Amino acid sequence: MRSANQIERRRQRRRRRRRRILSSGLYNTVMAASTADSWSWFPALALGVSFLKCLMINSYHSTDFEVHRNWLAITHSLPVSKWYHESTSEWTLDYPPLFAWFEYGLSHVAQHFDKKMLVVQNLGYASPATVLFQRLSVIATDVVFIYAVRECCRSVREEKGSKDLLVRPYFILAALLLWNYGLLIVDHIHFQYNGFLCGILLLSVARHLQVGNFITFPFEQGRHLEGAFLFAVLLNLKHIYLYIAPAYGIFLLRSYCFTKDNTDGSVRWSSLSLVRLIALGSIVISVCALSFGPFIAMGQLPQVLSRLFPFKRGLCHAYWAPNIWALYNVVDKALSVLGLRLKLLANLPKASMTGGLVQEFQHSVLPSVSPSATLICTLVSILPAVLSIWRCPRGARGFLRCLVVCALCSFMFGWHVHEKAILMAILPLSVLAVESREDAGIFLMLATTGHYSLFPLLFTATEMPTKVLLILLFTLYSFTSLKKLFRGFLLNTLEVTYLLGLIAVEIICEVVYPLLPWKQTLPFVTLLAKSVYCSLGVSYSFIRLYLSILRPTDKPKEL
Amino acid sequence: MDTWSLLSICVLLGLTTRWAVSLNSYSGAGKPPMFGDYEAQRHWQEITYNLPVHEWYFNTTDNNLNYWGLDYPPLTAYHSLLCGHVASLINPDWVELHTSQGFESSAHKLFMRATVLIADLLMYVPAVVLYCFYLSEGSNRKKVCLVLCILLYPGLILIDYGHFQYNSISLGLALWGVLGLGLGWDMLGSLAFVLAVNYKQMELYHSLPFFCYLLGKCFKQGMGLCINGNFIAVTVLVTFTLCWLPFLTDPGQVLQVLHRLFPVGRGLFEDKVANTWCSLNVLIKIKTILSTDTQLYLSLAATLLAALPSSIKLLTKPTLWQFKLALVNSSLAFFLFSFQVHEKSILLPALPVCLLLGDLPLPAVWFLQASTFSMLPLFLKDGLFVPYAVTSSAFVFYSVYLLSALEHSSEEELQLKSLSLLPFLSQSPGQFYLSVAAMAGLSFMSVALAPPARLPDLFPLLVSVFSFLHFLGLLLYFNVVQIAEPPSPRRKNPKKTE
Repeated sequence: MRSANQIERRRQRRRRRRRRILSSGLYNTVMAASTADSWSWFPALALGVSFLKCLMINSYHSTDFEVHRNWLAITHSLPVSKWYHESTSEWTLDYPPLFAWFEYGLSHVAQHFDKKMLVVQNLGYASPATVLFQRLSVIATDVVFIYAVRECCRSVREEKGSKDLLVRPYFILAALLLWNYGLLIVDHIHFQYNGFLCGILLLSVARHLQVGNFITFPFEQGRHLEGAFLFAVLLNLKHIYLYIAPAYGIFLLRSYCFTKDNTDGSVRWSSLSLVRLIALGSIVISVCALSFGPFIAMGQLPQVLSRLFPFKRGLCHAYWAPNIWALYNVVDKALSVLGLRLKLLANLPKASMTGGLVQEFQHSVLPSVSPSATLICTLVSILPAVLSIWRCPRGARGFLRCLVVCALCSFMFGWHVHEKAILMAILPLSVLAVESREDAGIFLMLATTGHYSLFPLLFTATEMPTKVLLILLFTLYSFTSLKKLFRGFLLNTLEVTYLLGLIAVEIICEVVYPLLPWKQTLPFVTLLAKSVYCSLGVSYSFIRLYLSILRPTDKPKEL
Repeated sequence: MDTWSLLSICVLLGLTTRWAVSLNSYSGAGKPPMFGDYEAQRHWQEITYNLPVHEWYFNTTDNNLNYWGLDYPPLTAYHSLLCGHVASLINPDWVELHTSQGFESSAHKLFMRATVLIADLLMYVPAVVLYCFYLSEGSNRKKVCLVLCILLYPGLILIDYGHFQYNSISLGLALWGVLGLGLGWDMLGSLAFVLAVNYKQMELYHSLPFFCYLLGKCFKQGMGLCINGNFIAVTVLVTFTLCWLPFLTDPGQVLQVLHRLFPVGRGLFEDKVANTWCSLNVLIKIKTILSTDTQLYLSLAATLLAALPSSIKLLTKPTLWQFKLALVNSSLAFFLFSFQVHEKSILLPALPVCLLLGDLPLPAVWFLQASTFSMLPLFLKDGLFVPYAVTSSAFVFYSVYLLSALEHSSEEELQLKSLSLLPFLSQSPGQFYLSVAAMAGLSFMSVALAPPARLPDLFPLLVSVFSFLHFLGLLLYFNVVQIAEPPSPRRKNPKKTE
């Protein structure tokens, strides 16, 4: 509950800001057209990045391009009942039904570009028109992301507004999200639809953030339902977001369905609002029914689920995502080498290392990890974070923090994690980063390390300058803008040294190592080194973020 | 934010755009037997790497001048030699004599693109940054915006990184020359400019203003104290001698090189170029009526006549402002009236116009946009339509947004009206948008519609005539601005006074 006091304070702040705007006149010489309260700078940022995306149409694209082309063909040319049975291509449809419908919708536009891409048998088809269409479809659906960023920026809290637009939190947030390095290279070079999906996620988050500001945003309780609806849609587009579902579930139950707290901040059980619970439940269930209903009716649910959760893949992706298992693997490898040297072990199964194919990894010394073990690890790691927002809800910000922690937990402990999954944590964390100094520090660590760990995704020489220039652009901007925003350095010497170490790792791996003689015999060492070095940074940020959620706050923030 | 970080971000943006454009096709990709400028540059590497200096410009059994014979001055040849050495280190097949002809591979493309980026990074980008920070006025942030807009000029990016050439070197050297003269280091400035001329003979378009500026300055200092002028003359001569040293052993060599640089026999113009002769050719077939000699004299006379007013004005008043305008006027006069002009030569007037972006935003943006548009047929031939459309829309959007070009224009107009100018020279945002819309319309028509069977060259011709009208109008405008000399428009900046 907000107190009258707080409302009054907000009004005062608003009045003060207005006075400042009047007194300072035009803000600065160049951006005069874009005074801080007009939003003319926003299209400039969004258009700029869209132009850049259009220029990257001819970049290298990965097999994900063919995956999505295949899905376009499947959904366009086959009846719904065959969608999850079709297996001409090895890239079978393994996203939930709503995404299949999304591809179905796209395919109707695609037929005006090139009909041949919609033939299931045309494996690996990539005519210029197909490339153009697929690339443009990613750029066009990013409109959702752009809108979501705008909504996030509108709900950002501003403590001490500077008169310079470039150091306004919402401006920085817009730049950090729209120009996010990871999204640019994963979506627009590597090829995926993360912008569209993350857009829905951010929009849902923004809806929850906007509940507190009811002066600006009317119908505040409806915003929760809208957020829940968007998240249900998101789950049915890509099920990887199940990992952050606990944060959503607990937050909505605790802060939306229970309307009152006891005086000590614990939940008052009697205040459960059945109407709200039913509204929430019916929204989520109807979205899922719409998505999975037809397949349940056709009796295909087991088939769909088996496609969605393929546990036949290995513990780690071809390139190890920088998580706990990368460290685990490397410790295992080190122990086995050490054991052989010291003659403690004999006749070990030869451990197969990342060779470029998805394969099972046999551990030699440490126990092998099964999918259920990773699932348990993930759930156990999520538990304290979720419990903390149940016991002491800290409003939408606390929820957002919990969401980022859940995303990171799944990244750290999950089964067959892709390095791209780090975006699920970096993007929402950007929102927190512009509001608090400590989060800004964590964000810089996580974003820089996580983005660097995406480098092996683009291995072609032509993309080298692109990825280096883009990461420099993003990192430079995030460091200087956040430093200016919080008026001081955000990282300590150790952290800075670690981040500078990334440059050393890159130079050693890309320049020095190829000149060394054992390049031929041990080709995987560079990938291994990158992944292990990055996993240190990611683990560090993960621990820091986790501590921040467990720390009892002195003053409970507003709901 | 700090100026340096904003500046680095802008430079990085410029470089990213450049590299992103370079992912596209180049001229003559997969088009035997002649290929295009990409193959020309590769062939020069092959020639200079394998043959002794005195055979470079001669037709021999190893050097077929009809197949992309070297027709640029010695510095280009030395640059090719350097690149050739690097290429042979990476893969000797790339520069193997004879057998490498028409060599194409993705690794080679990467190498060639990288040489352009490195040259650009060493020559053009630092010159732009220094120019904006030392020779333009306004707040630091305005200077940074200026850097971004100049670096994003699509014409240069598309020709260097799409079509494939090394204009950033010659233009960069010329810009270093402007920098030198602007900062008062006349000797260094003239040194840089001589190097530019020795890299690409088209830089002579800029030579009149350089000459007049230095001479005018000399007059101003008094005839007796012309020691400075003598030093400059010595610098120029020594630089020329050094550049041409390997060819000075034999007068025949020099004559042959000069003959290669100025091929008079190739006619008044080639293809469709947005200059006077090509546009006039629509009405009167000059090319067939007049003899080559007459054409030569006619174009020479017209060029000198068009460049005369601005040169005389500069002689009498050698200031930086006059110098920049004279650079525009002279190079534009050369482009519009001189002999054997290529459509790519529009980059030469475009460089000084870039320097005016901060002072006269609307006309400068308008000109730069028209100049990019005038090369559309070339881009279409090279398969560069998408990068053309994207970079030119981005350029128009950002320069109008960042330089608030349309806000200034009313100011400009008032100022010029007070000087009782011809009405057709006044520029309004409305006209600007109309013209940009027309360019966009023509661009999409060229790409989407098939020309009528009787007029296969309809669209290229429309493009060149339309751009020619812009160039002609803006030549008049810039001349009027230079002659009438409005009280430094830079001081009129409304934002600064606030």
